[in-house]
Amino acid sequence: MNENIVIKTEKLTKKFGDFIATNEISFEVYEGEIFGFLGANGAGKTTAMRMLCGLSIPSSGNATVAGFDVYRETEKIKKHIGYMSQKFSLYEDLTTLENIQFFGGIYGLPEKTIKEKSKELIYQLGMESEAHKLVASLPLGWKQKLAFSVAIIHEPKIVFLDEPTGGVDPVTRRQFWDLIYDAADRGITVFVTTHYMDEAEYCNRISMMVDGYIKALDSPINLKKQYQAQTMDEVFYELARGAQRKSD
Amino acid sequence: MADVLLENISKTYEKGSIKAVKDISFAVNQGELFGLIGPDGAGKTSLFRIMTTLILPDKGHASVNGLDIIKDYRQIRQKVGYMPGKFSLYQDLSVLENLSFFATVFNTSIEENYDLIKDIYIQIEPFRNRRAGKLSGGMKQKLALCCALIHRPTVLFLDEPTTGVDTVSRKEFWEMLHRLKQEGITILVSTPYMDEANQCERIALIQSGELMSIDTPKNITSQYPKPLFSIKASNMGKLLKDLRKNPLIDSCFSFGEYHHITFKKEKQEGVLVKQLEQLNHGQVTIQGIEPSIEDCFINLMNR
Repeated sequence: MNENIVIKTEKLTKKFGDFIATNEISFEVYEGEIFGFLGANGAGKTTAMRMLCGLSIPSSGNATVAGFDVYRETEKIKKHIGYMSQKFSLYEDLTTLENIQFFGGIYGLPEKTIKEKSKELIYQLGMESEAHKLVASLPLGWKQKLAFSVAIIHEPKIVFLDEPTGGVDPVTRRQFWDLIYDAADRGITVFVTTHYMDEAEYCNRISMMVDGYIKALDSPINLKKQYQAQTMDEVFYELARGAQRKSD
Repeated sequence: MADVLLENISKTYEKGSIKAVKDISFAVNQGELFGLIGPDGAGKTSLFRIMTTLILPDKGHASVNGLDIIKDYRQIRQKVGYMPGKFSLYQDLSVLENLSFFATVFNTSIEENYDLIKDIYIQIEPFRNRRAGKLSGGMKQKLALCCALIHRPTVLFLDEPTTGVDTVSRKEFWEMLHRLKQEGITILVSTPYMDEANQCERIALIQSGELMSIDTPKNITSQYPKPLFSIKASNMGKLLKDLRKNPLIDSCFSFGEYHHITFKKEKQEGVLVKQLEQLNHGQVTIQGIEPSIEDCFINLMNR
């Protein structure tokens, strides 16, 4: 991790009519950092993430992602980030290889690179005998790993992970975090949301959103000190308990 | 008396190629709060759908309230409440319309059983004229619970009611379940969150269609086969890698701020700390701990 800033927001705001989903949030994320983006349901996380991914234009404030402006350069942002969620990640009725090729194509990689990358990925993941099997038939753990690898196939600056481990068994969940660490070691910034508070501990820094605001932002250890808490679960509870908004 | 009884239940899909439930048997007592704990793909939803008579098992017998799930399916459907994992109310009906609809279908009225749902319903009452599809996640969940309760079921089946819900709402939901238990309703609830296991009186740990263990949370954790330790050092990533390579170590998994480890032999803690210090680990602390349900789950999975 170094001090190069890859995400910077200044008073980033999104309103829907009178409703302020994301209220003047300002923060920076560094290159190679694992940044945990936490908050209660309805706190405004999804809205903020959509703006950072170039999917939603802010109402006011500024932000750059991978050096690109969230108002004017949304298409460039989309090319320089990866995205994965537990709900939507792979096409179940395509094979392992077809999924890799498909996403390589979506990210605009040249044919030749896609071919090389496909081989390399399948080898790295140890999925040689699964290359031509439908993704639907793979065990969940393999799907997760494949989904993550595909999300970073174009070596993006940043990967956004939206609850990547929801519902995953405890062993696979931990193996998944090994992949996250590897990506961060390679300099890919990881921006991750989770409902598992033990996973919050694995992040370099955490921001905690409540009612559209960022209520706290620091390393897990500092947050625990600040809120005199033993666990991140207690910190979360302390911050989110007074939340007025309880939507999704 | 057992309110829900499963004997050697198996279920396959896709002409037998997908084995969702493998020879599962258990009994849930009347008035018990019973948890099915397991990740996605464990078979939780298949079990719920079998118990609520929505699908047929390939093999085995099951009964609810002493009624057979195949022969007496009509009676079972009148008696049980079911909240599926996927929101399944009518999106284009209002909160109140949904509730009235379910009350009418079960030949009752909102008034008749209002005391049972009151605590939950008053939280969504301000939105009673809003369409269900326009409710937030937490509100939908509360409405679904009200609809599942409106006919005062004898057994309540809740399939992953807290999935994707934040810590605060999850705590509130469990408080609601404890109040319902006081009403004498038998509750079967499933969850992928291991930390919720302790909210249940008894739990079944399931993985890939198989029952790994069934007991009280306390008995399950007390059956953990080895002394368990938590360990911490200044660089946790490096510590994990070094521990995995270390021949003294039997198992090693990260658990938030700490890693949890077991040893191949007893009383090796001191030796390990020395070795780690030689590998330039700073501030190494190790202590014996009580295993959690998640520790037990991992152990059973790896067996």
